[in-house]
Amino acid sequence: MHQALSLPSTDAPLKVLVIDENPIRRAILETGLREAGFANLTVLEDATGLLERVYALDPDVIIIDLENPRRDVLEQMFQVSRIVRRPVAMFVDHSDRDTITSAIEAGVSAYIVDGLKKEHVRSILDMTISRFNAFERLRTELEETKSALKERKVIEKAKGILMKSRDLDEAAAYDLLRKTAMSSGRRIADVAEGLVNSYDLLKG
Amino acid sequence: MPSPQTRAQSGNPLRIGFIPLVDATALIVAVDKGFTAEEGLDVDLVREVSWSNVRDRLNVGQFDAAHLLAPVAIASTLGLGHFREPLIAPFNLGVNGNAITVTNALHAAIVAEAEGDVVHPAVTAKALARVVARRKAAGEPPLTFGMTFPYSTHNYQLRFWMASGGVDPDEDIRLVVLPPPFMVESIVKGQVDAFCVGAPWNSVAVDLGIAHILHFVSEILERAAEKVLALRADYAARNPEIVAALVRAHGRAAQFSEEPSNHAEVARILAAPNRIGVAPEVILRTLQGRLKVSPDGTVRASPIYLLVGREGAGRPNPVQAAWLYAQMVRWGQVPMSEALLKEAVAVFRPDLFDAILGAETGKPAGGPADGVGAFAGPPFEAQDIAAHLAPWSIRRNA
Repeated sequence: MHQALSLPSTDAPLKVLVIDENPIRRAILETGLREAGFANLTVLEDATGLLERVYALDPDVIIIDLENPRRDVLEQMFQVSRIVRRPVAMFVDHSDRDTITSAIEAGVSAYIVDGLKKEHVRSILDMTISRFNAFERLRTELEETKSALKERKVIEKAKGILMKSRDLDEAAAYDLLRKTAMSSGRRIADVAEGLVNSYDLLKG
Repeated sequence: MPSPQTRAQSGNPLRIGFIPLVDATALIVAVDKGFTAEEGLDVDLVREVSWSNVRDRLNVGQFDAAHLLAPVAIASTLGLGHFREPLIAPFNLGVNGNAITVTNALHAAIVAEAEGDVVHPAVTAKALARVVARRKAAGEPPLTFGMTFPYSTHNYQLRFWMASGGVDPDEDIRLVVLPPPFMVESIVKGQVDAFCVGAPWNSVAVDLGIAHILHFVSEILERAAEKVLALRADYAARNPEIVAALVRAHGRAAQFSEEPSNHAEVARILAAPNRIGVAPEVILRTLQGRLKVSPDGTVRASPIYLLVGREGAGRPNPVQAAWLYAQMVRWGQVPMSEALLKEAVAVFRPDLFDAILGAETGKPAGGPADGVGAFAGPPFEAQDIAAHLAPWSIRRNA
């Protein structure tokens, strides 16, 4: 299981291991890396027995998302011991704090086998960070869309309640919601939600 | 994202990271009992899943402060395993609090080989050496021990204990990092034979009937700095009023938590799903230092199982920082150097603690004369680590 330290020559394709339990983000990153020409790619969704799998695959670069508690398992690869014969280095050198900061802010970390040239690793890191950020934007947009949809539904329901109980037409019902929101300094959606909740409560 | 300084000044909450463990008590109580709020601090506690994340988020400025392994605060400051970021520890969140838990099978094997009472670490370490030798002779695979991080007190406590009995932790067994929440599962699946971890995970394994607590780490070392409240040194220098407010709130929280009549309330606070998220009864045992150590219900009690501020435990003790540095040297994580030792020791800031809380607060009541009280070897000499380490034959070179 222990392999001698072997450094890839300049032209050898880098062996990249991606560990990410999120299927969508994993796919986004995998596509990006393949399109960028990193064909020697292994993708793991489950990090059980991580250290053994890392030694079996013997990757040059390991990318792991920060949501994974098994990230700590990789930290022991900095040590030389009976189980760690091929230590990793810090993923960029000391001068590259900005890269580390960007990676951590994007929610990802990388481990690089000692001895790799920085420029080989740089493009992988940049790609990973940008794909993680793209995923995060997607996730935020999706959440915003979801909550906007939910709000629209609540406002529709509140309008319906007002139309029925106050005998208003749709425009007047919306106007009443809007005015109430303005005079109480709240959002229309919040006023609508309050109304719907109270209505449900009264209805029993 | 704004810098921590502007965040603090603009009235945004302080972000403080923690790992769900009982030695985060002072931090969690300080926030959830409103002590930080009374100091004018708005704190957002962020539960993290790995020590690497806590360290990185603190070091790059995403966290203003953190519940951190004391050796990680030292490693970060020295630039070990990560880029160099000087940290300071003005408050010690916990002294001791870990335990070594072994599977029922390994427990039986150690008991069978023991010459003396297995409550003594000297007895169990020698018994472990015989178990290891027997397995080797029989061609069985080496035992696997789990611990939480390369730069952890757990790692050093396990190594110190087994090496004293003649077991080389790098050659005779497998010593692997396992995140605390996976410790119990790894025993269930037969992936590890033993682990060293903080509360509540030892008790969880014993309650499942699958393991015995072999030792409280306080039996191996009477005093070991376990977790600290860590801040970036430059941030702390720029924000002395935030540091002072945090330390005051922690001092108060530690005092509150150590009051036996408050234990039930503290256990309830810690048990919340967004804090530690285990049953309050399990946490209560830890706070009281009365742990079920065997599936048959045997209880072991210790007045120093976990110290959260009492007996001066909140005051960072530079001798304990020196001991941690000595272990890093012994196991080849860092070379021996007076300059590095000085830097490591300077992470612990009793001067800040005294200035903020008063020197009387941190006065140790009792405790070992050398500051650590190891069960084996000569008294610890913080002034001469090289000489102190010389007699130990099992060691690595950096």
